[in-house]
Amino acid sequence: MPSVRFRLNGVEMDVDADPDRSLLDILRGQLGMTGSHFGCGAGECGACNVMIGDRAVAACDTPLWSVADKDITTIEGLGTPERPHPLQRAFITEQALQCGYCVSGILMSAAALLKRNPKPGSREVKEALDGNLCRCGSHNRMVRAVLRAADEMAAE
Amino acid sequence: MNQPAPSPSSPKLPVNLAANPKLSSWLKFSPQGQVTVSPGKVEIGQGIVTALAQIAADELDIDISRVQMIRASTAASPNEGVTSGSLSVQQSGRAMRHACAEVRQIFLQLASERLGVDIASLGVEDGTISGPGNVTTSYWELAEEVSLDRDATPDVKPKPATRRALAGNSVQRIDIPDKVFARARFIHDWALPEMLHGRVLRPQNARAKLTGLKDGNVRTIAGFVAVVRDGSFAGVVCETEHGAEAALQALRKGAVWADGEPLPDESDLAAFLKAAPSETTIIDKRTASSPGAKKRTLRRQYTRPYIAHASIAPSCAMAQWNGDRVHVWTHSQGVYLLRTDLALVLKLPAENIIVEHMEGAGCYGHNAADDVALDAVLLAKTTGGRPVRVQWSREAEMSDAPFGAAMAIEIEADLDAAGEIIDWRHSIWSNGHVARPGRAAQPALLAGFEVENPFPRMISTNPPQANGGGSDRNAVPLYDFPSWQIESHRLTTMPIRTSALRTLGAQGNVFAIESFLDEIAAERGEDPVAFRLRHLTDERAKDVIRAAAKRARWKPEKQPGIGYGIAFARYKNTGAYCAAVAEIEGAGDIRVRKLTLAVDVGEAINPDGVINQIEGGAIQATSWVLKERVRFDRQRITSTNWTEYPILRFSEVPEVEVELIQRSEMDPVGAGEAAHGPVSAAIANAVFDALGVCVRHLPITRENIIAAMEQAP
Ligand code: FES
Ligand code: FES
Repeated sequence: MPSVRFRLNGVEMDVDADPDRSLLDILRGQLGMTGSHFGCGAGECGACNVMIGDRAVAACDTPLWSVADKDITTIEGLGTPERPHPLQRAFITEQALQCGYCVSGILMSAAALLKRNPKPGSREVKEALDGNLCRCGSHNRMVRAVLRAADEMAAE
Repeated sequence: MNQPAPSPSSPKLPVNLAANPKLSSWLKFSPQGQVTVSPGKVEIGQGIVTALAQIAADELDIDISRVQMIRASTAASPNEGVTSGSLSVQQSGRAMRHACAEVRQIFLQLASERLGVDIASLGVEDGTISGPGNVTTSYWELAEEVSLDRDATPDVKPKPATRRALAGNSVQRIDIPDKVFARARFIHDWALPEMLHGRVLRPQNARAKLTGLKDGNVRTIAGFVAVVRDGSFAGVVCETEHGAEAALQALRKGAVWADGEPLPDESDLAAFLKAAPSETTIIDKRTASSPGAKKRTLRRQYTRPYIAHASIAPSCAMAQWNGDRVHVWTHSQGVYLLRTDLALVLKLPAENIIVEHMEGAGCYGHNAADDVALDAVLLAKTTGGRPVRVQWSREAEMSDAPFGAAMAIEIEADLDAAGEIIDWRHSIWSNGHVARPGRAAQPALLAGFEVENPFPRMISTNPPQANGGGSDRNAVPLYDFPSWQIESHRLTTMPIRTSALRTLGAQGNVFAIESFLDEIAAERGEDPVAFRLRHLTDERAKDVIRAAAKRARWKPEKQPGIGYGIAFARYKNTGAYCAAVAEIEGAGDIRVRKLTLAVDVGEAINPDGVINQIEGGAIQATSWVLKERVRFDRQRITSTNWTEYPILRFSEVPEVEVELIQRSEMDPVGAGEAAHGPVSAAIANAVFDALGVCVRHLPITRENIIAAMEQAP
C-alpha cells in the first residue's frame, strides 16, 4: 500500500491507505478522529469540513492522494477547553447551536475565513458558511459568534 | 385502569412521577458532593437536559455544577415515554421538581433529628444544611444514611416560583462545550471495543421485495465478516466502515428486486389525498345560539407537501448480543418504546433488551433513529457477540425514514351582509401523523416489515384531540366565530410512510386558517392585526399579537417589492402562544428578510434556551415554506440528497427577533413547535401583501407563485 504524508494538526503523518479513499474516511476510520462529521458523503453539507492551508474543504470529497504534503487542521486541532480558539469561546458565549452536529464543520469554515479575512462583515460570514447546512436553524447565532470571535481576535 | 379518581382536594403526584414513583430512580447522592440525576427524557438538541438540571439544582438548593445528568437507559431510568419537544419540560420538569422537593424534605427530616433542632428552622445552601446555633450537616454527610429506595408521596410541595434561584434565568447549556470541542458525545463518534460495521441494503423502488441475492465478490472484501439475509431484509458486516460500504455496493450488484408498490402523483397531491380511502372524524362542532343570515360563502383549498426530517446526520445505532440478551445504543426519542418494538420483532421478553440513549443530530420528530436500531440488532446477531454499528446513508435517510404527512385542507367560511364570519367549516385529508414505536400490538420499525415473516406495515394514526390531535392539531379555531365544524379524513392506506414531524398537522392548519383570515380581512378592508384582536378573547393571545406587532412597528409604510404579514397560533390550542410578523421581498424567488416573534411559554425555565428554540423553529419553518417538498415519481422517492431536497442556507436566513413574555406563575410549556405555524402563515401573508396573490400550496416557490397568479383569485 502506498503511503501518503501530510501534516495533521501540526503533526507529521504517514498514512498507509488506498490513496483514492476520502480524507474523512481516513480521519474517522483509520485515525479514529471523529470530530469531523459525516453528513452526506457528497460534498453537499459541510459537516465534514476541515481546513487545508487557509481553505475549508469537505473532507468527504477530498481524496487522500490530494492532501500529500498539505497542512490539515481538523476540529481536534482548533483548540482545547484549556486553550480554546476564540471561535470556540464565542460559540459557547453565544450558545450558538442546538444539536451541534453541524458545528465542527462550521467552526472550520469560520476558522478558514478568519485566517483569510480577520475582519469580516456579517455578509462575508454568511458567504463563507453558505456551504454548511444547519437543520436546527442556529444560523444567526453562529454568525454572531463568528463576528464576536473576530472582534476578540482583533483586540488580542 | 380502574382506579378511583382522587378527590379534587387531595394532592396528586405529577403523572410521570406517579408512573415511576421510586425516588432513587430519579436521583442519587454521592458522599463526594455530587448528585446524579436520571431523567427518562433525552437530549435532542433542545436543551432539556440543562433545563432539568436547573430544576433539580433549584429544588435541592445546590449549585448546578454538582448536578450530573445521566443518559436515559431502560436499565435504570424512569420510563417517561417519548421526548418530543413540546411536552418534555412540562411533564419531566414537574416530576423532577416534585421528586427533588421530597428528597430535600427527607434530608431535612434526618438533619433535624441529628442536629436536634426543629426542621422548620433549617436551611440549605449548596447542599449544606444549617440551623440555629451554627449547627450544620450536609446532603453529602447524610447521603449514606438516607435510602431513596422509597416511593414518592403527593404531600410535599415544591418551592413557589418566586423562591427559585435558577429557573427563569438563562444558564449555559451543559452539553455545548463538548460539542464545540468535539468531545465524542454523538453516537456517531463512539466506538465500542471490538466494534464491527454494518450496512443495510434497501430497494430503490418503494417497498420492492428482494427476490434474489448473489453475494458474488462480497466475501473477498478485506475485513468481510457476514452477509445477513432475512426475507427482504439484507445487509453486510465488516471489520471497517470503509469495508462495509464496499461490501454493500457489491451486494447491491447481486440483488434482484420485484416491482415495488406505486406511489401517488406528486403533481396533484390534493386529488390523491381526497380520493384515497379514509376514515372521517368530526373533531369539533360549535353551534351558534342565534345563527346570522348568510350572504355568501368563500371556499379555499390549501396543501402542504410531504416534508422530510432531514436530520443533518444520517441515523446510527450500535447493538451487541450476549446469548439471548441484547444491548442497544440509540438516538431514539423513546428508549422504552423502542424496547417494546424490539421485543415484538425479536420475540424476546423486554427484560432481555437494554436500550440506552446517546445523542444524535436534531431529529424534529420520528425519523430513522428507531429503524436503524433494529437494523443493528439484526446484523449483530451474526457476529458472535461483537458489537455492530450501523449508519444509514444520506439517500436512505431522505427516502426510507418516515416523512411529515402531506395535507389537503379545505375551509369554507359563510359571511353575512357585513362580511363577518358566521360559520366556519374546516376539513383535512391526510395520512395520520404518528406511527411511533412502542404504542401498538405491532412494531413500527422498518426492518420489521421486511423480514421473512413480516409484520404488516403500520398505518399512521392521529393522537386524540385531548392530546393535541394529529392531522387536526390546531384545526379548531382560536377565534370567536359563532359556529364551526372541523372534520378530519385520515387515510387508511399509506403509500408514502409518514410519522411524527414537528407540530404534526399544526403547521398546515395554521397556515390555512391564518392565510384565509388575511384574505377575509383584506376583503373587508380591515387591518389583519385589528381583525384578529377583534376575534380573540384570551388576553395572552392578544398580548403576543400586540407585542409582535409593536416590535415590528406594524404596519410599516408600503414599499415596492416588500411585503409584511402577521399570523398567530396557540400551539395545540393549549400550549405556547406565538405571533409572528414576516417581512419579505421578491416577486418570484421570495426572500424572507426579517421575522419578529412574540412568545408566551408560561414560565420559561431557561429563557435563552427558549429563545434559541424559537429562533431555530422560525428558521426551520422558513425553510419548509420556501423550499421543502419531498419529491417522487411513481416508483420511488427522488429527493434523496441536498440538491434535490434543498433547505435554507446561511445566505438565505432571515434576521429573527424574539420577544419572550415571561409568566413565572404559569406552568412551563414547550417552545420547540410554537413558531412553525405562525411563521409559515406570516410568510404567506407577507407574499399576499407584496404581490396581491394568495399562494395556497406550499412551498412558496416561483413555480407555485406563478400557478397561483394564473388561478387567482
Ligand atoms: S459529509 Fe462531507 S459535505 Fe456532507
Ligand atoms: S445545530 Fe443541529 S444541525 Fe446545526
